[in-house]
Amino acid sequence: MSRPPAERQVSRTIAADQRLSDELTRIGIDDSAASPTVLFLASGVAWLLIGSLMGLIASVKLDLPDWLGGAGPITFGRLRPVHLNAVTYGWISLAGSGMIVWLMGRLCRTHIRWTALLFLSAILWNIGLFLGSALVILGYSGGMEWLEFPLPAAAVIALAFILFALSMFRTFAARQVEHVYVSLWYILASLTWFPLLYVIANAGLYQGVGEAAMNWWYGHNAITVWFTPIGLAGAYYFIPKVIGRPIYSYYLGLLGFWSFALFYNWNGLHHLVGGPLPTWAISVSIVASLMMFVPVLAVAVNHHMTALGHLSMIRYSPTLRFVVFGAMSYTATSFQGSLEATRSVQEVAHFTHYTVGHAHLGMYAFVTMVLFGAVYYIMPRIAKWEWPYPNLIKVHFWLSAAGIAIYFLSLTLGGWLQGLAMNTPSIPFIDTVNLTKPYLWGRAVGGTLMTIGHCVFAYHFLLVIHRAGPKRFAPVWFRKAEEVAAP
Amino acid sequence: MMFIRSFVFFLGVLAAFALGWIGIVGVPDMMLARIEAPPELKRYTAEQLYGRSIYVREGCLYCHSQQVRPEGFGADQARFWGRPSVPADYLYDKPHLLGTMRTGPDLFNIGARQTSEEWHLLHLYNPRLVTKGSIMPPHPWLFEEKPTAGPGEEALVLPDSLAPARKVVVPTAEAKALVAYLLSLNHTYPVSQGAASDDTAKTRR
Repeated sequence: MSRPPAERQVSRTIAADQRLSDELTRIGIDDSAASPTVLFLASGVAWLLIGSLMGLIASVKLDLPDWLGGAGPITFGRLRPVHLNAVTYGWISLAGSGMIVWLMGRLCRTHIRWTALLFLSAILWNIGLFLGSALVILGYSGGMEWLEFPLPAAAVIALAFILFALSMFRTFAARQVEHVYVSLWYILASLTWFPLLYVIANAGLYQGVGEAAMNWWYGHNAITVWFTPIGLAGAYYFIPKVIGRPIYSYYLGLLGFWSFALFYNWNGLHHLVGGPLPTWAISVSIVASLMMFVPVLAVAVNHHMTALGHLSMIRYSPTLRFVVFGAMSYTATSFQGSLEATRSVQEVAHFTHYTVGHAHLGMYAFVTMVLFGAVYYIMPRIAKWEWPYPNLIKVHFWLSAAGIAIYFLSLTLGGWLQGLAMNTPSIPFIDTVNLTKPYLWGRAVGGTLMTIGHCVFAYHFLLVIHRAGPKRFAPVWFRKAEEVAAP
Repeated sequence: MMFIRSFVFFLGVLAAFALGWIGIVGVPDMMLARIEAPPELKRYTAEQLYGRSIYVREGCLYCHSQQVRPEGFGADQARFWGRPSVPADYLYDKPHLLGTMRTGPDLFNIGARQTSEEWHLLHLYNPRLVTKGSIMPPHPWLFEEKPTAGPGEEALVLPDSLAPARKVVVPTAEAKALVAYLLSLNHTYPVSQGAASDDTAKTRR
């Protein structure tokens, strides 16, 4: 069956031509996404620094309550919501949007449409964040967790998101591929969901306990329809991409996505277990939380089977190291969340720092770590400049990983003990405060490590934008390229 | 074909979202719309509402809940924090302040548990004056330092270590309003524990 040498030669040339033309298409698409992606990512990194600092100060204030205690704008109760808003609507949303713009071009195999809307969106988004944070600091908080930004700021952010979504939908409509990849399902769904959710939640439709139900439907659904899809879209793209294998099972992906959409939208009221709401409604949320085992297992198995036999690559690839850490944390935080929603666990864990630990496992160990991995992959391809100092990436990884580990373990243990003590009526309430103190210090230590890691990351990011540092001619691997087993 | 597939996708996505919204927000809210306020539940006075806005402004809700759990679920009953709260207790609340943390104690009945205005003012000025070991932030900006208390003003009685030299500390209108709000948090009147909030304890075990 072997063809004559001349014909083989021709077909090899055609294949090489095809590869070259593919590569050029890819570069063209990346270039079309470059400016808006950098704008979103850079804004995200700035808000990461702001948010980390706010969180760190708020955290230390629980250890030293009289520190910086003289003025309203810097009191715990105002810095804490600014921390949450800056890291979620700032860092994760903006960096996530940057990642989405870039993925959109790659996965639709076409250049980004309506980029003017993206620039406008990024600018408005930053204005909204700045306005909202300033208003909360000055004392104009809306008063509901996750919805502290007053209406003017929320309206600007909603508009920014809608402009962003329009550009992305337009690009999707112009796609040059038959197959719509799993990451795109999550992205398209969240682009549809989040503007609706955000507008409904800020419309002020409810009062009293109904408003509490809305508040926690929103609080959890923001994670359902926006933050988690960002993390999953990233994990679904980068794990197969870096390893160089297709995703293990398309059908598992399908099962994971639709069960996710069906069950995760009903989870919110597990934040009100034991509260003054109809018990059936809370029970529905608890059941839906337990059903989350289905999509989470589907995703976990899918990612694990994709990476199986190639997991050693996390030693070499910065992106894979962060993304795999994130994907594993997704499984961990979801399992924990499902169990945490049950009444017997809520009896202890509700109202304690345990919940705060869980929240950070999801938003940091999962979503944020995936985003770090995404940034490490995307930036060199659009800035045309490799990360100059691989060791800084390592330092960043270990600071973040150790930081979140210390943070999570401290609050999980401390929070659980706090809950047990609170449920023991013979223990005076103040002793439930006293016993948490060493663990709150642990949290401040973890937070400090993460914040230092973010500074390293931001510095490195700035170097790439400015194309500074030693010029490198190949992507960063933590080992020499020839040591890496070919996939 | 492509179009139909996209259409079905977005339809499914929207349906999943809308069902959740209706299911855990819309229906409970509709059921709760029929409840009536207990006769003893008073509307907030203007001063209490002002105080409530300061409670929101300073972020008290990040450490204090305002909901009491039923017997058999936690120790709220054994700690005498009041009867379990019911939806009717919150009819006049916007924004709701149910809270999710108890870094400090629940405040649903703080107005019944701690009735002293003086205690609350000292506690707001610096919590460690009245509660050793507290990690609550001090709120000195709700107070004024003056050479002497004006007519109708009452200076805080502070230990020498915390008292400013040759000055007295008097509460501002904000501090007084906040305390008025805290003292209004008294839900010790009886309610029927039926209808909307069936007893969690019963279904749990």
